[in-house]
Amino acid sequence: MTAASIGVPLPGAAAPSRGGSKKVLPGFNLTLGYTLLYLSLIVLIPLSALVFKTFTLSWEQFWAAISSPRVLASYRLTFGASLIAALINVVFGLLVAWVLVRYTFPGKKVVDALVDLPFALPTAVAGISLTALLAGNGWIGQYLEPLGIKLAFNPNGVVIALIFIGLPFVVRTVQPVLEDTEKELEEAAMCLGATRWQTFIRVIFPSIAPALLTGFAMAFARAIGEYGSVIFIAGNMPMVSEITPLVIIGKLEQYDYAGATAVAVVMLVMSFVLLLVINALQGWQRRRSGGA
Amino acid sequence: MTSLATKRVITTEAPWVRFTLIGIALAFVFLFLVLPLAAVFTEALRKGFGAYLEGLREPDAWSAIKLTLITAAIAVPLNLVFGVAAAWCIAKYEFRGKAFLTTLVDLPFSVSPVVAGLIYVLMFGAQGWFGPWLAAHDIKIIFAIPGIVLATIFVTFPFIARELIPLMQAQGNDEEQAAIVLGATGWQTFWYVTLPNIKWGLIYGVILCNARAMGEFGAVSVVSGHIRGQTNTMPLHVEILYNEYQSVAAFSVASLLALLALVTLVIKSVVEWRHEREMQAAADLPPERPLVAKEAL
Repeated sequence: MTAASIGVPLPGAAAPSRGGSKKVLPGFNLTLGYTLLYLSLIVLIPLSALVFKTFTLSWEQFWAAISSPRVLASYRLTFGASLIAALINVVFGLLVAWVLVRYTFPGKKVVDALVDLPFALPTAVAGISLTALLAGNGWIGQYLEPLGIKLAFNPNGVVIALIFIGLPFVVRTVQPVLEDTEKELEEAAMCLGATRWQTFIRVIFPSIAPALLTGFAMAFARAIGEYGSVIFIAGNMPMVSEITPLVIIGKLEQYDYAGATAVAVVMLVMSFVLLLVINALQGWQRRRSGGA
Repeated sequence: MTSLATKRVITTEAPWVRFTLIGIALAFVFLFLVLPLAAVFTEALRKGFGAYLEGLREPDAWSAIKLTLITAAIAVPLNLVFGVAAAWCIAKYEFRGKAFLTTLVDLPFSVSPVVAGLIYVLMFGAQGWFGPWLAAHDIKIIFAIPGIVLATIFVTFPFIARELIPLMQAQGNDEEQAAIVLGATGWQTFWYVTLPNIKWGLIYGVILCNARAMGEFGAVSVVSGHIRGQTNTMPLHVEILYNEYQSVAAFSVASLLALLALVTLVIKSVVEWRHEREMQAAADLPPERPLVAKEAL
């Protein structure tokens, strides 16, 4: 199986009438050549530097670097918090997408535009502003602290920052699919005696499930690598609230390049795996919507 | 009229369900999106407008703003050229390994910004592949502006290509082929046929790429070295001020970045609105251009 054959069928490939006239348009060699050159210079060669640097470590050194207790604790926090945040985003992202597609209410366009805020707002700004809100003297924190709820400078803060970062991924993948669902199917279900809830679970939900899962995977992938918004609110205590990217920075600051590289390779492998999962999910989603 | 009324009843929820769902969604959006945005401006203006301007007038803040603008001015055009080239070859042709190439273009999205910074340190840092050679020739890349630009290019690498590929695939090759058959050169075809068709997607890609380039923190923080007044971009300057408990100054610089984000969202909404209107206008046309009209439906 070649790499191409396990790849995703692209929407353009779905139009066979356009496939026959391959090389009528000029510029194929130029654009492909430039794409490959730029891709190699900016992405592939630097990434291979990471892999080659790892080979200078012995297996024992590599294993020691990626499995020290402090690093393991950071994996647990990074993966755990990313998972919780992505799950919360699935629920609320679906709700926001649903409300935006199905209902009308004043200010809907503003809300729709605001959903993209986490894409556009620099992560460091999000970090300091969430911290200002949730710290013990902040707008929200001052009411929660007397109740014994602490949302900043501990793992809770990490989860909240990651919810902020991941929300648009779920909304923006579910929204178009929800817009395209056929009302006729819902009407048929109602005519056949289904309640609204049954219609949602049996008819609407299966058609948006692939998109929801894709959005979840994207939010999760983004959350795992996130750095800027988290470090301000996390408190960054080793073993408790230190995320994996911060461990890499810590090792770099101690000039432990080999150790930093080893942990970075673990993160890179995770990114690759998630990227392949997301690609497979998007392929599934396209086949679903294509078959309907 | 009655049939319309029943249709509405059976494919929507009871009013109380509707209002509850809208209420929860709005509360969530308010808590997670509106409040953080409002907090930036309130914190920046906490000690009045004078203190706000004071934070921006500092020479270090100015040099951070300048560096951020320079970085975006280099990174965005480079990624624009790449994005158009990549979208052209991926969307307009069939070739072996195309799906794999598309995945590779997406790769920087899923790499952690910290890892993105680290790979350039491993290439150009004192201990890196080209470190000794660069030191011998007295060229600084890491802890200097070239490293910051490189890390920014990496992080914003896929944005424009990502916007253009699906758009150009959906539009197909028919119009370009017609232009070529009628005797246009490749460049003419691109300028007069392809570019007008993709302009909204291109604008959107460029503003998103720009917002991310100006706001990038993790990758730039690894390669910058945090030299005040020299290698600090705006987000890094925000971090330093914040860690020094100069909250008002930190938030006033942050408010500029938040304004940039707001402008980005506004441009995005306008672009979407214009695009929809063009589609609508094309659909309203008599069927001399059936292809355009059909796509709008």
